[in-house]
Amino acid sequence: MMPDAFYVVPALLILALGVYTTVARDTFAATVGFIAYGLLLTVAWVQLQGVDIALTEAAIGGGLTGLLLVRASAKLRPTEGAARAERPGRPTRLLAAIMSGAVAAALALAVLALPDPAPTLAPEAIANIGPLGVGNPITAVLLAYRAMDTLLEAIVLLFVLIGVWSLAPDRAWGGRPGPRYNADPDGILAFIARVLPPIGIIVGVYIFWVGADAPGGKFQGATIIAAMWLLVMMAGLADAPPISRRLVRVLLVAGPVVFIAIGCAGVATAGAFLAYPDGWAKPLILVIEFALMPSLALTLGLIMAGAPERTEAP
Amino acid sequence: MNAATIFGLVASALVGVGLYGLVANPQPLRKILAFNVIGSGVFLLFGAIARRGAALGLGGDPVPQALLITGIVVAFSATALAVTVLLRLYEETGRTTLSSDAAPPPPRPEPPPQPDRIGA
Repeated sequence: MMPDAFYVVPALLILALGVYTTVARDTFAATVGFIAYGLLLTVAWVQLQGVDIALTEAAIGGGLTGLLLVRASAKLRPTEGAARAERPGRPTRLLAAIMSGAVAAALALAVLALPDPAPTLAPEAIANIGPLGVGNPITAVLLAYRAMDTLLEAIVLLFVLIGVWSLAPDRAWGGRPGPRYNADPDGILAFIARVLPPIGIIVGVYIFWVGADAPGGKFQGATIIAAMWLLVMMAGLADAPPISRRLVRVLLVAGPVVFIAIGCAGVATAGAFLAYPDGWAKPLILVIEFALMPSLALTLGLIMAGAPERTEAP
Repeated sequence: MNAATIFGLVASALVGVGLYGLVANPQPLRKILAFNVIGSGVFLLFGAIARRGAALGLGGDPVPQALLITGIVVAFSATALAVTVLLRLYEETGRTTLSSDAAPPPPRPEPPPQPDRIGA
């Protein structure tokens, strides 16, 4: 019975926090609950043997998404009172509960009726991993078997950044994102923002580098580096760059452009878009990873910084 | 019951909880939050299925696991865009309501306080 409890306890805690996040009266409390929920999901991912996913969940699912929501809920606090009056009546809520319960029950039945033995692509993934020169099968999927997904994912992030920027008021277009933070230069935040980034950057680069053979990868590493940058910005030690700066824009597109160029070269050298010629897989994967990592860190950091709010002057 | 079944069942429940939150909470930010709960439920369900595909010494089927990483990043992107749209709406109108009943717009509010500005 013991191993079951090992899974059941985190599973129930996750469910309880999911319910709390949904029914909590105060939106700010709900968003804080969501961060704890994201961290507990990380435990679930480890127990499901998905350490790569656990890292992504901790960094992006709980971390960045949580920060985004907490910040927004603090800003939107004045609207809370008006929103309570709009709460749907009891019959609507009851109906919603019945319908959602039905969807959950149908899914649960599907989970119990999953085929046994389960279908799996693991043998194919392992069978072709040799020539790629990477040891982590998930990295092989992300950068070889399904490299198109990863390319589109990087481009989705870029499009979201363009979307965020396009929400700037006209007067701030081309200016600096977010407010100028002014923390006490001798305070604890400024202290942490000086001490933590060197360590964080090393951790980020390490997670990026081991991604070839062990759990980790560019997205997780880039998120940690972006978080360090946000910390420095929020402590007022450095200001966000104006979005009209050419260097910023070149760095943002450099990663996807290299990825697309290597993809197009594959048409000539290996017969398909994003195919690698024999023996060149590992070096090309490394080039893509190295080009994408700074672009991703910058994109994630600027998405978090938000729409431009100030003119270019500091 | 193994880990995959237990987390699969919890994932199903989370999708239901998120759907309820999407309907029952009027605040747009709560709807975005509920959407993320639904999303994490779907991810967890897919992760449980990936776990069942364990073979050849791997802890799970690497193909769905890789798709999950992509999925989490894309969910973050969509959330970031939605939150920015919402904050802009608030900045423009001083309200965030999704109600279609045309309530008269409130007087232009004071510049919203910025609680995330640290130490000012």
